[in-house]
Amino acid sequence: MSDRVAIIGIGYTSLQPTTPLRSFKELTFESAQKAYADAAIRFDEIDSFVTCAEDFNEGISIFDEYTPDQLGAVQKPMHTLTQDGLHGIADALMQIRSGIAETVVVEAHSKASNLLTPDWLLDYATDPIYNRPLGFNPHALAALEMNLFLNQTGMSADDCAAIVAKNRANALANPVAAYPLAITSTNVKSSPYFAYPLREAEMARHADGAVVVVLANENKASKSRAKTVWVLGAGSANDSATLESREWGKALYAEIAAKHAYKQAAIEDPRQIDLFEIDDTYAYKELQHLVALGVYKEPREAAQALQSGETQASGKTPVNVSGGSLGMGFVLEAAGLYRVVELVLQLRGQAGPRQLARAKIGLAQSWRGVPTTSGAVVILGSE
Amino acid sequence: MKLERERCHYSITPTLHYSSFSTNMARKVAVIGAGMTKFMRRALETPKELAWLAAKAALDSAGMKLNQIDSVVLGTAPEAFDGLHMKGEYLSDGCGAWNKPFLRCYVGGGTGVYALAQAWFHVASGLYDTALVVCEEKMSTCQPHPQAAFLTIFDPITEQPLKPNLLWIFALEQNRYMETYGITIEEIARVSVKNKRNALDHPAAQLGAELTVQQVLASEIMAWPVHRLMVSPTSDGAAAIVIAAEEVARRVTSKPVWIQGVGWCLDTAYWTNRDLAYPEYVEKAAWMAYRMAGIKEPRKEINIAEPYDPFAYKELHHLEGLQLAPKGQAPKLLADGVFDRDGDLPTTPSGGLLGVGNPIAAAGMMKLCELFWQLRSEAGARQVPGKPERGVAQAWGDLMQVGTVVVLGTKRPE
Repeated sequence: MSDRVAIIGIGYTSLQPTTPLRSFKELTFESAQKAYADAAIRFDEIDSFVTCAEDFNEGISIFDEYTPDQLGAVQKPMHTLTQDGLHGIADALMQIRSGIAETVVVEAHSKASNLLTPDWLLDYATDPIYNRPLGFNPHALAALEMNLFLNQTGMSADDCAAIVAKNRANALANPVAAYPLAITSTNVKSSPYFAYPLREAEMARHADGAVVVVLANENKASKSRAKTVWVLGAGSANDSATLESREWGKALYAEIAAKHAYKQAAIEDPRQIDLFEIDDTYAYKELQHLVALGVYKEPREAAQALQSGETQASGKTPVNVSGGSLGMGFVLEAAGLYRVVELVLQLRGQAGPRQLARAKIGLAQSWRGVPTTSGAVVILGSE
Repeated sequence: MKLERERCHYSITPTLHYSSFSTNMARKVAVIGAGMTKFMRRALETPKELAWLAAKAALDSAGMKLNQIDSVVLGTAPEAFDGLHMKGEYLSDGCGAWNKPFLRCYVGGGTGVYALAQAWFHVASGLYDTALVVCEEKMSTCQPHPQAAFLTIFDPITEQPLKPNLLWIFALEQNRYMETYGITIEEIARVSVKNKRNALDHPAAQLGAELTVQQVLASEIMAWPVHRLMVSPTSDGAAAIVIAAEEVARRVTSKPVWIQGVGWCLDTAYWTNRDLAYPEYVEKAAWMAYRMAGIKEPRKEINIAEPYDPFAYKELHHLEGLQLAPKGQAPKLLADGVFDRDGDLPTTPSGGLLGVGNPIAAAGMMKLCELFWQLRSEAGARQVPGKPERGVAQAWGDLMQVGTVVVLGTKRPE
């Protein structure tokens, strides 16, 4: 029996700033229907299901109660992870490799437009004893880290603004993206500070959407009609959850998660990878994550690569050709799965106007945002 | 700044040990350590500290250090209890997941037993050699009573306007169970008597007591037919287990307890459309685990059971779902003494949720810890006679909706 695991179907909705006429169940149902059609599989042929969701984002306690019906998972093995969709892919990989399931569905969605006071909600993610009483907006943690990052590495506000310009322009070619925009670095720098030195335009805005991914072992994948995309590796890691003891300015969580994924995928040089879909919740994070993933030795190199066009869609190492979270919208636990969707489309040659000439191996990376240090990396390949 | 960076410098070489992608399908996995904190009404420790106390106890029991652990799984139920958004992230370093792969799984009350299934496929997949599973719950921070956190578990459109709470819906289910099979309230009360008595022998128990059926029935009626002494308490606590692949387990201990089967099953959210007399989802989860364990006749092949008992009737209901009693017959077997600690099929020798306490996810994990100790003959005063070889633990949760089952045994699975 082979241990190889493939993605045989994807389904997703267009990302929108708000979806007033549809519930999360309807968004998920649409994605599930599309994914099962894509994989040419009936819902009752699927062995196991995973939803990635977080109670407070849903406004429901014990949210996993409401996960099975819209996926066709009633009376099936199904569980929830309160983590990003990429953790769900890692989970599915392990289920299939252990032989307990042949096909696993991973679902994540965002109905962020239901959150009336998202920053206030995020406040409840800070340590209740040491940090919350200080009464700061959690996004200030990103600004604090950005300040350290700029100081440590000599990066400038221009370098961060260029990331925003690139990703939002990339989103113009992505019909799914919620926030495509032709914007210059100068425009970005005229945006007001949210918390110094972080500008509002450098922060990804929420969007609504749902993704369903169907994974299968080699036996089932060989019967699938779509071009097979293999999961070459999946890793996750947390740095310290405690603000006072974590490694600020460095994305250690992404570095460790990537080491696990590279090892599984037998990738020695990250530059072997054709395209990267990585977390850019805050613009500076894209530079930081590129270094953590080992693509560039230091942020300076990453910034130069952007200036020289290397990380542009037309360059040698395209980064966030989908538009990233800045261009597509930040979709809570579904963020990582929208990165996976882009990789699958590129690897299958179905990415339309933004199709890359060379797309055989792709890497998706997620971070769960402030105040967490939760990262995951998934590497996909078409061969 | 330089000093700061030096201080934070440490090795981040991942400890992956799998040999290749083709050789280790379904590796054999064993439990090699277990530990828990005392379950209590109000712990002074923070949630992180509770998680770490249990994790440390499990590591000590396995004779291992945290740096020998490849991956960490956390089980903890609603965020609302601890009042923490992204509670899994908050707890991650507390349960030892610092610079390690980390998953937090969640199936409501079923989480405690499911977490071991989650950890099982970490190791069985060949990706990791060891996993630390930690389950933690701190309900006392939810004031004035954690029941309030349950008000938002219901469908916001069709159910919440009716203002249901957990006691009411479980009263509905108990009523249906009693009506369908002609079960009396005295037969249900016997579960409280047995479990709270068993808990007297558990050093971590919150509510051990010597009671009579009459005393249980004399307690306040919360919602007919549920009496106060038929309900598990709210608790703070944590429990943890260390598991390892066969090669590691054999090096570490001469008494590995093997994970023979895992199963889980989630039913529809539309609980009002189901017959509550019998938990089909528990049956499906049980058969998933039994098939994996090669069990054909559960009643004959299982020596000890830890069914989920947050309410007295649930133990009986679940024993039927687990195929350990015919439908509607569990109360008779209980009355005959079959489920006593020295009976033919001891059930809940730990004292269960009714006696030891119910810090939701940690309570399920406590049941697995109990099986570990019982199967290694290390359960002290709670030890069931006759050297049990195989046990099943089960948990349940959500809207009377999810069944999670793990079978542990002293024999290496085929």
